[in-house]
Amino acid sequence: MTQFKMHLLVCGGTGCRASESETLFLSLKKEVSEKGLESEVQVITTGCFGFCEKGPIVKVMPDNTFYTQVKPEDAIEIIAEHVIKGRKVNRLLYVNPETEQHVSDSKHMGFYRKQLRIALRNCGFIDPENIEEYISRDGYAALAKCLTEMTPAQVIEEMKKSGLRGRGGGGFPTGLKWEITSKSQADQKYVVCNADEGDPGAFMDRSILEGDPHSVIEAMAICGYCIGATKGVVYIRAEYPLAVERLKIAMKQASEFGLLGKNIFGTDFEFEIDIRYGAGAFVCGEETALIHSMEGLRGEPTIKPPFPSVSGYLEKPTNVNNVETFANVPVIINKGAAWFASIGSEKSKGTKVFALAGKINNVGLIEVPMGTTLRDIIFEIGGGIKDGKKFKAVQTGGPSGGCLTEKHLDIAIDFDSLTAAGSMMGSGGMIVMDEDDCMVSIAKFYLDFTVEESCGKCAPCRIGNKRLNEMLEKICEGKGTMKDLDLLRNLSYVIKDTSLCGLGQTSPNPVLSTMENFYPEYLAHIVDHKCPSGQCKALLQYVIEAENCVGCTACARNCPVNAISGERKGIHVIDQATCIKCGACLEKCKFNAVFIK
Amino acid sequence: MINIKIDNKEIKVAPGTTVLDAAKSVGIKIPTLCYLHLHDFDITNKPAGCRICVVEVKGRRNLAPACATDCFEGMEVNTHNIRVLNSRKTVLELILSDHPTDCLICPKSGSCELQTLAQDMGIRQIEYQGEQSHYKEDTSPAIIRDVDKCIMCRRCEMMCNDVQTVGVLSAVNRGFMSVVAPAFEMNLDHSTCTYCGQCVAVCPTGALTEVDHTNQVIRALADPSKTVIVQTAPAVRVALGEEFGMDAGSIVTGKMVTALRQLGFDYVFDTDFAADLTILEEGTELLDRITRHLKGDKTVKLPILTSCCPGWVNFFEHQFPEMNDIPSTARSPQQMFGAIAKTYFAEKLGIKRENLVVVSIMPCLAKKYECQRDEFETNGNPDVDFAVSTRELAHLIKQANIDFNILPDEDFDRPMGESTGAAVIFGTTGGVIEAAARTAYEIFTGKNLEKVDFKQLRGMEWIRHAEVDFDGTPIRIGIAHGLGNARKLLQDIKDGKSDFHAIEIMACPGGCIGGGGQPLHHGDTSILMSRQKALYTEDTHKTLRKSHENPYIQQLYADFLGKPMSEKAHHLLHTHYFDKSKPAEISE
Repeated sequence: MTQFKMHLLVCGGTGCRASESETLFLSLKKEVSEKGLESEVQVITTGCFGFCEKGPIVKVMPDNTFYTQVKPEDAIEIIAEHVIKGRKVNRLLYVNPETEQHVSDSKHMGFYRKQLRIALRNCGFIDPENIEEYISRDGYAALAKCLTEMTPAQVIEEMKKSGLRGRGGGGFPTGLKWEITSKSQADQKYVVCNADEGDPGAFMDRSILEGDPHSVIEAMAICGYCIGATKGVVYIRAEYPLAVERLKIAMKQASEFGLLGKNIFGTDFEFEIDIRYGAGAFVCGEETALIHSMEGLRGEPTIKPPFPSVSGYLEKPTNVNNVETFANVPVIINKGAAWFASIGSEKSKGTKVFALAGKINNVGLIEVPMGTTLRDIIFEIGGGIKDGKKFKAVQTGGPSGGCLTEKHLDIAIDFDSLTAAGSMMGSGGMIVMDEDDCMVSIAKFYLDFTVEESCGKCAPCRIGNKRLNEMLEKICEGKGTMKDLDLLRNLSYVIKDTSLCGLGQTSPNPVLSTMENFYPEYLAHIVDHKCPSGQCKALLQYVIEAENCVGCTACARNCPVNAISGERKGIHVIDQATCIKCGACLEKCKFNAVFIK
Repeated sequence: MINIKIDNKEIKVAPGTTVLDAAKSVGIKIPTLCYLHLHDFDITNKPAGCRICVVEVKGRRNLAPACATDCFEGMEVNTHNIRVLNSRKTVLELILSDHPTDCLICPKSGSCELQTLAQDMGIRQIEYQGEQSHYKEDTSPAIIRDVDKCIMCRRCEMMCNDVQTVGVLSAVNRGFMSVVAPAFEMNLDHSTCTYCGQCVAVCPTGALTEVDHTNQVIRALADPSKTVIVQTAPAVRVALGEEFGMDAGSIVTGKMVTALRQLGFDYVFDTDFAADLTILEEGTELLDRITRHLKGDKTVKLPILTSCCPGWVNFFEHQFPEMNDIPSTARSPQQMFGAIAKTYFAEKLGIKRENLVVVSIMPCLAKKYECQRDEFETNGNPDVDFAVSTRELAHLIKQANIDFNILPDEDFDRPMGESTGAAVIFGTTGGVIEAAARTAYEIFTGKNLEKVDFKQLRGMEWIRHAEVDFDGTPIRIGIAHGLGNARKLLQDIKDGKSDFHAIEIMACPGGCIGGGGQPLHHGDTSILMSRQKALYTEDTHKTLRKSHENPYIQQLYADFLGKPMSEKAHHLLHTHYFDKSKPAEISE
């Protein structure tokens, strides 16, 4: 990289590509070439920068200039102004919403200031399709160190000391898992990378595989060395084509460099990686279901024990770790367990990647030290609630997590504190809700997902979640009774208590946490037949205030179901039995005569 | 041994014992639903999916399924505290909430395990009501799938895949709509289903039942223009009593004959007669092949495989069509009976075959399919009109107000009611080949067989090897029951690794005594053991114990067929097999 004076890093993550970042990349390259700057300016595609809210992103190095929402046609100006004349293109810089000032570089952006990027260390820095760029950032140094300077037991000891816990949601100590699998005796063992990221809105694993695939490959090889496996398999959703493509390129390059295959680093250690595609079933993120799916069987969990570490893929000892977990491993080896353990909270070490979504200003991917408060994440990094609305709740842990409220904002979040608060870490989904969100509907939204994604094997999950969903539907329609609340609570506890796998054991969490934290909202739906947030259509009534109505007929003409009657210049009336609550009348009325009751 | 405490009872159990078994050993019967353990066959189904057997384990966050949780030192289990009872009841209510409540008219009513469980648990209302999952009904020639009643216990799937290796049934769809079905939810008759009926034999609810032919039988009996005759398979007589509260293994041959006569059958005959006939045909074929083989004929196909079991015939037609020339061409006893009845016996009575109705009472569901096969009919008139199961016969008897338990014993009619002990043991695994050995020995050696019991061929092991000494010539015999085990022997033949002269195969575990049409064993395999024992007892009580000694068989050959394997015998008593490996055309 030394021969270039300047680097233009164009985000090539799935989000930015959806906003034409590929064309942008080509435009920049074209401009550079037309201006004859090819030997001085390098344009590369990188992985995700995380700041998806304002994509596509172009970052200029070495001055860290951070351009947002760049269009292909902006390429000319960036090259002419910034690259050639050294003047930053102000209109493309990020604007601090509080000061309304342009922020010239990423280091001064609120979004990045409190982040600490370990798992995402290379995302947005290197070209994921170029192994040399990975190597230039200490890539494969950890594998070299393990193979040539450490015994498997020493590596495992280092992993245990680091305190790294599984990032897929379970939080099981990674070093311990490796140790257990290393002790199982078998002629063949397997390292499996779980890339079946299934939480709605979560994309940390995808971003890592798209932005830094070599870190996962390197870590899998280290794991293989520790547990005595020569084969690794990445189980990845087929809906992640870009991640698959980059992973394949990375595997090919690693093989060409002798970093996969036989005699790695001149030792007698050998390691190969294979890819298996998942069909997108959420439950296949559960490790036994994942293994069955890899074997070509129906993706459904089986009871543990036996644990995969004893009998997993093809009935051989198998170590399953999540993408983000693996991404942490090379850094731990390079910088040492003590360094890693110095970050984070007492029982949860290191950082965690979260996918911030919902009613928040800075939607995107963030990585923060364990122990960061929800307030810091939502209001500092996330830039607060959209449109100046009031914060209401945040859902962590994906569909199986719980909704936390104002009173939880100052909890230092880690695996244990989130569980204690009635939610969970999960794989790192974080969805923010504002005052307009109806919490009963939110619970129902998540139940819709788990009903859809239950594998159907065990009765409480298969039928119980369906019944929970039906009761929530009833409440949202204003047909719920107080008895339903008792039934809802009882059924939630029974499903948690009796389900076979983690999916059913956590699926009622959204119901229980919203009942716990937003009980009055449930009461409002049942007793008053009102949805306080005005979200439940069945409980809304559009009415026309006679005093304001001038009889312009705009509402009646725009009503799709002819529910509004009234003479021209006369007062109009909405027939509630016919009304479908589409809101067209409210939108069209210029006299503030239509309102929601 | 490890020490555990269940409901405050301190017990010692061996490591690896499940909580369910540990509890059972001290008289605590934890309810189960999906769990099925066929002890004598070492078959276990425990997907831990129904969650009915959940118990509380001290120190554990959630409840544990007793069937799939192993005991550990110091374990403390509570099987019926309020938390457990509430959960168990709620889960059961959930299952019931997605189950039709047409119990009064369900074919499984009275023997449904879900119904019994609801009764035991005192379910009087279902709090959690909601949408029910609906699927299309599937009626095949032998089995009805009413999968609205499927509770996803996966027992059928386990039998179809693990035991039978037929692989037709498996879970499809996800979540609330998941159900056990053939691939793409096609109908059974488009699949490679063998109709062995083992899925029906283990289904706890009314999701899988047989096609009921009792009404057709009742109508035929009421039709004055028809002469209706009946044949009864050997395994029926040692199981029918169970339907009337008798102990497993009760031999009710005489009562069964009386009941059939009271039902109005014009002649009550015995499939055993046809079993003796089968031995003469199949035994002659066996000897012919062995003799040619011993003389050095390289073209002869060995081993010869028995062909009495229609589930097995379907299996090799689907799975090993290239080996269609290895099994004996002899028809099954049911079909031999039908062919003889509609020719020889009809002639004797002086009636047209169309006016003779042949009903067979079978322990088997594949027999329903077999008698509907095109090659077993003449001018559209089948040799066997209706095959009804042991269970259906019990229903017929109950509907006719017959108090079965106090019936006197009567004997079968002649000529086709006479049989030997060799025919009786057709009903168990190892029986056909033992019967064949008795006759083949005497024909091959020309000597009288003193000891007719070939004990080395008996037993319940899945695959058995034995050698029978034909006066200096060792005849190597293989026996398999359960289609998965048959597959192993067949694969060996295909790979050229088999040195057997003859192999007996029965599709169902235990043979016909464990057939898909038998009274339900609900997982108690000691019932099958008792039925097997009873068949061997019935054999010893027979005066004649070798098929070729049956005087009416001798007369049949003298009067009608000529000799075994004659042209007439070939035409009436032998068949050929088809390549069914190609998927049936989809006609939805």
